[in-house]
Amino acid sequence: MSTINKNQGGLIDKSKKNKKDISLIQQLWRNIADDRLTLFFFFVLLAVIVISILARFIAPFSPVDQSLLRINEGPSATYLLGTDQYGRDVYSRIVFGSRTSLILGVLSPVLAAIIGVTVGLVGGYFGGWIDRIAGRIIDILLAFPALLLGILVAAVLSSGFWSMVAVLVIAFAPRFARIARASTLSLRSEPFIDAAIAAGVSHFQIILRHILPNVAGSIVVVLTLWIATAIRLEATLSFLGLGTQPPEPSWGNIIRDGLHNMTASPWPVIGAGFAISLTVLAFNMIGDSIRDVLDPEARV
Amino acid sequence: MLKTILWRIFDAIPTLILVLTLVFVALRILPGDTALAVLGEHASAEQLANFRQKTGLDQPIWKQYIDFLINSAQFNFGNSLSTNFSVAQLVKLNLPYTIELTIAATIIGTVIAIPIGVASAVHKGEWIDNSSRFFSLLGYAIPDFFLGAVLLIVFALNLGWFPISGGGEGFVDKLWHLALPALALGLIKAAFTCRLTRSSLLEVTTKDYVRTARAKGASENRVIYRHALRNALLPIVTGLALAILSTLSGSVAIELIFSRPGVGSMLVGAIESRDYPVVQAGIVVFALFVVFVNLVMDILYSLIDPRVGHTS
Repeated sequence: MSTINKNQGGLIDKSKKNKKDISLIQQLWRNIADDRLTLFFFFVLLAVIVISILARFIAPFSPVDQSLLRINEGPSATYLLGTDQYGRDVYSRIVFGSRTSLILGVLSPVLAAIIGVTVGLVGGYFGGWIDRIAGRIIDILLAFPALLLGILVAAVLSSGFWSMVAVLVIAFAPRFARIARASTLSLRSEPFIDAAIAAGVSHFQIILRHILPNVAGSIVVVLTLWIATAIRLEATLSFLGLGTQPPEPSWGNIIRDGLHNMTASPWPVIGAGFAISLTVLAFNMIGDSIRDVLDPEARV
Repeated sequence: MLKTILWRIFDAIPTLILVLTLVFVALRILPGDTALAVLGEHASAEQLANFRQKTGLDQPIWKQYIDFLINSAQFNFGNSLSTNFSVAQLVKLNLPYTIELTIAATIIGTVIAIPIGVASAVHKGEWIDNSSRFFSLLGYAIPDFFLGAVLLIVFALNLGWFPISGGGEGFVDKLWHLALPALALGLIKAAFTCRLTRSSLLEVTTKDYVRTARAKGASENRVIYRHALRNALLPIVTGLALAILSTLSGSVAIELIFSRPGVGSMLVGAIESRDYPVVQAGIVVFALFVVFVNLVMDILYSLIDPRVGHTS
């Protein structure tokens, strides 16, 4: 569909089309800068990324150092958000928690996209009974909300970084597989695929050169939006005690620890909660902008 | 009509078997050695053998699979390892609390979302539409368990208006215990449903029959609620299935926040204490829930729109 539109655009005004292709990033930037709220969240996103990279320099204390001498202190100039029941600096834990959130939140959807898109492309292209079984399994997995699927898989796996990645990948891969499979199925009947086959191009080359580029746009759009969901999912699982394990800080397990100690100090819960909400909101806003540029018709 | 419904139910059976198969694969293959995973690395060979025999893990895999299907159908998961209660009994005790919470949250979510969605479609681009857009952006971003924690801190711990924990006894007390957890989940779901209502309503308002209704001089309210909203319901009902299921998954964390009994807190507690039979039952219950809600929504779908039943 999108290829046809592009070709028509090219026939009518070729120079305009070229200009559009070159300035995709510029177009995205204009889209972000046009709306004050989006621009604000663009900087929030940038700040979160910088904080997670420079956590060691930004956090005034170690996120895991405990001390009986400073338990449950309120916010002060030294401890911006106070200390928790183990005497750890809450602010430093939240700063370091951004690493867990971002690494898992970005890595898992990317891996899920690679696996899901591969299954979707191969299944949709070759068809047959394997595709039918895979399609049915994908349909069933899609009936589960990502969070529920994540909880059920995490219930089975032991905890740890790679288990967490596996949980998130299993929760998200079917969603990518379906999009890739659906677009592949509709592209499969396009004349240019038949032409490529007749010209003797190998199936692998056809998938790589002719189908993947046409699927890529919608995958990127979904990817950015799923990063926000992945961050929320990681936080929820860690909150449930099924994700990142303490003392390793994660926004979810900071809230978990804070909940047990809420009457003494609400700051860990509030601080980490705001961190999750702002980050997810920022990814959603920027994801929306990317979608508007790459896939204007999908705008709700 | 009855034929359609029966056909849908019949069609759900292979799905059910496939779901149970996936659960079985997940339970037996993903964790590696289940006995080792449950008992820990320091368990003696005798303890491991004992556990395998007790849970049927020493049987050949095909027999385990058949047994699993039969036991799931009879809901026979043996006894809990930590309390020695029968697992079926534990589920029976906990399930009503989760269902109450899911239903209450879905009602709250829908009651809030549909009027807001209608208002923002009718006043597209005006302040009400913009603020509802921001409201739903917030709803997508704030984790329900964080909202639950904030409600708990403010209204239960500080103001003391609502109970801090438990599920309540008797109707009024149950409602009182439900209020905050259901509000936390419902508000988040409203964010989703209100956008959906807006977009599907906007889509039908350009249709000819809406213009005809206006031309005939029907009042604006009648046009919106009788002609447009009714036709916009179809995607909303599909969205509702998704909303119910995501409310269900949100209930796991909310039950933990408010220390409510329920299948979610049962499952999480069982994972912590490595109570394998209860974990297994909890997973099966959630999986059955998903199949059941989808089935009911399918049937509802074909009732609202008879065209759907004929095509399949």
